[in-house]
Amino acid sequence: MNKPVEEINRHTIAVLVDNESGVLARVVGLFSGRGYNIESLTVAEVDPRENLSRITIVTSGTAMIIEQIKNQLRRLVPVHKVHDLTIEGPHVSRELALIKVNATGEKRVESLRIADIFRARAIDSTNESFVFEVVGATEKVDAFVKLMEPLGLTDVSRTGVVAIARGPNPI
Amino acid sequence: MAHHDTLTGAEILLKALVDQGVEVIFGYPGGAVLPIYDELFKQNRLRHVLVRHEQAAVHAAEGYARSTGKVGCVLVTSGPGATNAVTGLADAQCDSVPLVCLTGQVPTHLIGNDAFQEADITGITRPCTKHNYLVKDVNLLAKTVHEAFHVARSGRPGPVLIDLPKDVIQNRGEYMPPSKVKSKYKPQVKGDLKAIEKAVDMIAHAKRPIFYVGGGVINSGPAACQLLTQFVRMTGFPCTLTLMGLGAFPGSDPLFLGMLGMHGTVEANMAMHDCDLMINIGARFDDRVTGKLDGFAPKSKKIHVDIDPSSINKNVAVDLAVVGDCAHILEDMIKVWKAKQCRTDEKAIKTWWTQIEKWRDVNCLAFENSNRLIKPQYAIQRIYELTRHRNPYICTEVGQHQMWAAQHLRFDLPHHWLTSGGLGTMGYGLPAAMGVQMAHPESLVIDIAGESSIQMNIQEMATLVQHRLPVKIVILNNQYMGMVRQWQELIHGGRYSESHMIHHPDFVKLAEAFGAVGLRAEKPEEVDGVIKEMMAVDRPVIVEMRTDASENVFPMIMPGMAHNEMVLGPEDKSRDNPGSEQDGMVLV
Ligand SMILES: Cc1cc2nc3c(=O)[nH]c(=O)nc-3n(C[C@H](O)[C@H](O)[C@H](O)COP(=O)(O)OP(=O)(O)OC[C@H]3O[C@@H](n4cnc5c(N)ncnc54)[C@H](O)[C@@H]3O)c2cc1C
Ligand SMILES: Cc1ncc(C[n+]2csc(CCOP(=O)(O)OP(=O)(O)O)c2C)c(N)n1
Ligand SMILES: [Mg+2]
Repeated sequence: MNKPVEEINRHTIAVLVDNESGVLARVVGLFSGRGYNIESLTVAEVDPRENLSRITIVTSGTAMIIEQIKNQLRRLVPVHKVHDLTIEGPHVSRELALIKVNATGEKRVESLRIADIFRARAIDSTNESFVFEVVGATEKVDAFVKLMEPLGLTDVSRTGVVAIARGPNPI
Repeated sequence: MAHHDTLTGAEILLKALVDQGVEVIFGYPGGAVLPIYDELFKQNRLRHVLVRHEQAAVHAAEGYARSTGKVGCVLVTSGPGATNAVTGLADAQCDSVPLVCLTGQVPTHLIGNDAFQEADITGITRPCTKHNYLVKDVNLLAKTVHEAFHVARSGRPGPVLIDLPKDVIQNRGEYMPPSKVKSKYKPQVKGDLKAIEKAVDMIAHAKRPIFYVGGGVINSGPAACQLLTQFVRMTGFPCTLTLMGLGAFPGSDPLFLGMLGMHGTVEANMAMHDCDLMINIGARFDDRVTGKLDGFAPKSKKIHVDIDPSSINKNVAVDLAVVGDCAHILEDMIKVWKAKQCRTDEKAIKTWWTQIEKWRDVNCLAFENSNRLIKPQYAIQRIYELTRHRNPYICTEVGQHQMWAAQHLRFDLPHHWLTSGGLGTMGYGLPAAMGVQMAHPESLVIDIAGESSIQMNIQEMATLVQHRLPVKIVILNNQYMGMVRQWQELIHGGRYSESHMIHHPDFVKLAEAFGAVGLRAEKPEEVDGVIKEMMAVDRPVIVEMRTDASENVFPMIMPGMAHNEMVLGPEDKSRDNPGSEQDGMVLV
C-alpha cells in the first residue's frame, strides 16, 4: 500500500469541565479506550463559583485524529469547552518540575552553576543534595533534567503542561 | 422525621419517571432496589414487565424505544443485576438507542468496601453509556432523573445509567419538576445555512449522485423520514440504506437500490463505488459499509449530514459536513432547493440510471429455490408476502437469517425494523420483540431468529407467556452458527471449528414447555401453512423451519475488499482469492 504518510503533530488542548467526580476518568478513559496518546495531562479547579475545572492535554496525531479527539471530548456531557491552543493562535505553555540531585564536591558546584543558567531555584538543601525548582517550556525542563543526569539526578516530579492563549481573551 | 412536603427517594423516583412520560419499566428486583419495588407495588401508573434476565430487560427497552421513538426504561438491582445489563447498554450505545437504566447500589457508606452485591457500575459502564450518574443525595435525585432523560433523547440518542444507593432511595427529600431543571447539555440541531446552500448546489450539479442514508434519519423520527423521501423524490436520485436505516425511505420505491455494504446489493454497492457525489444523511461510514477504505467511492465528493460532530471525518474524510438534526437540515435543503429553483442535470442523471439498471439486472438476490429443502431466502419471502398486509414489526437475532431478512423484506414505514447492527448481539431479537409488543399490543410482531441466537435469551419465552405478549418467533434452523460457518467455509478452508451445535432442543416441545405454541415446517410446501397458523394464534408462538444448512449469504464483500469486488454467489470465481481477515480487520 502506498498511502501518503500523514504528518503527526503535537497539540495542546484546553478543556473546561464540570468539577465532578468521574470527569477525569471519562477523559482519560476516552484516550485509552480509543487508543489516543496522552503526552501530558494536568487538571485543577479554576472557577469555584461555576464549579469548573480546566484540563490541559498534550497529545499527538494526524490532523484527522486530532479533530476526532476534540469531537470525542465535546461529546462528553460534563465537557463545556474544547480549544485547540496549537491551532487557534499564539499561546504560552509552562511546566514546573522539582528535581532532586545528590552530589558533592565539583558536581555539586556544577549543578548549582547550571541551575543558575536555567533560572532554577534550590528550594531544599542538605550537605549531599539539592531540590531544584525549574519552570518553563517542556523543552527547557527536558534540557535541565538531561544536564543533571551525570551530576547525580535521583528524583524528578513534573506537573505536566499548563497553557493559555496570548492576548486579552479567555477560551 | 416524615415531613409533609418531603418524599422518600423511591417516591421521588417514580414521580419523576411519570413526569417524564414513562409508561412501562422492564426490570428485575433484588435487595438494593426493594424500596423501589415496594413503591411500584402501591401504584398503578407505571407498568412493570418482569423479565427473566437483566440483559433482556435492556433489549426489551430498546425494542420499546426504537418502535415508539420514546426513551426506554430499565430497573435492575445492584451487583449481578447491573452487570447483567451491560451487554444491553453496549448494544444501545452502538445503535444510538435512547434508554434510562436505573441500577440499585449498596448504601453510600458501604461504597468502596467490597460490600455484598457491590459493583462499580458507573465505572464499568462509562465507555458503553452516553452518560452515567451516581446519585449521592436524595435532593439531587429528581434533577438527575430529568437530566438523564434529556441527555438520553437529545442530540445523538443513547443509553444513560443512574446508580441509586439504597440509602438515597430510602431517605426523604424534595421533589423538583422537570420544568425547574436547566441542563447545560444542548446539542446543535439547526444546520449551518451556508453549508446547506453549498450542499444544494453540489446536489444540483451532480452527474452520478447517490443518497447513502442511515439510522440517524430513523433516530430523528417520522418527520425526517418523510422529508428525506420528499427530497429524494424531488431529485430523482438513487437512494441506498444501511442496515440501521431500513424503513427511512420506502423499500418499494423504484429509487431505492436496496441495502449497501458487506451483504448489500450489486446496484447499491456499484453505484456507491462509481458515484461522483455521495450524500450521506445520518450514516456513520461503518466498516461493514465502506469495505476497504482505499477503494471506497474513489471518484466521489462527499456530503455528510450528522448530529454528532465525532461521526464526521472519523473513518472517511468528507468534502462538506453539515452538523445538526437531519429533519431540520432536510427541511432547509428542500426550502433552499425550491427558493433557488434548482434543477438536476437531467441528461446525466438519465445516463446514470441506465447504468444502474444494468447492475440491477444482475438480480443479485436471486437464489436457486428447491422443492426438497426450505431455502432460508424462500422462507423470508413467504413471511413477507403473507404478513405485509398487517405491517408487521420485524426483529431479528444476529447471523445469516438477519442478513436474509434485511435483503428480502421491504419496509415502507420507519420504526418497523429492529436489529442489532453495531454490536451484533445474538439474543437481541426475542426481548426486543417483547418490548415492541408491549408498546404495540395490537400489532403483529415477529422475531426472525437463528437456532443458535435464540438460545441466548430463550428464557424470555416465560415473560411472553406471563405478560400475554403474542410475539411470533420464526427460527430458521440451519443446524449451524451459519454466519460463522460461512466465514469458515470461505476464509478458513472449510474447517468448521465449533460452529456446529450438534445438539439442539426440540423447539416445538420447548415452546409448549413454556406454555406457548410450537409449530414446525420441514418441507417447502409446509412453509405457508405454518406462517398462516402462527398469525391466527393470539399467543406467543415458536415456528421452527428446518432450512438448507449449506446456504450462504450473497452478495458478499470479502474482508479487505472494495465495493466493486463483490462475490456474487457460490460459483463466482473471485472468491478464490479472498482477502485475509487481517487486511480487512472485520469480525463476524
Ligand atoms: C452480521 C452483520 C452484518 C452486517 N452487514 C451490514 C451490511 O451489509 N450493510 C450495512 O449497512 N450494515 C451492516 N451491518 C450493520 C453495521 O455493523 C452498522 O451497524 C451499520 O452499518 C450502521 O448503520 P448507520 O451507518 O446507519 O449508523 P447508525 O449506527 O444507525 O448511526 C446513526 C448515525 O446517525 C447520526 N444521527 C443520530 N441521530 C441523528 C439525527 N437526529 N440527525 C442526524 N444524524 C443523526 C449518529 O450520530 C450516527 O452517526 C451488519 C451487522 C451485522 C451484525
Ligand atoms: C453474543 C454473541 N456471540 C457471538 C457472536 C458471533 N456470531 C455472529 S453470527 C453467529 C452465529 C449465529 O448463528 P444462528 O443464530 O444460528 O444464525 P445463522 O447465522 O445460522 O442464521 C455468531 C456466533 C455474536 N454476534 N454475538
Ligand atoms: Mg443457525
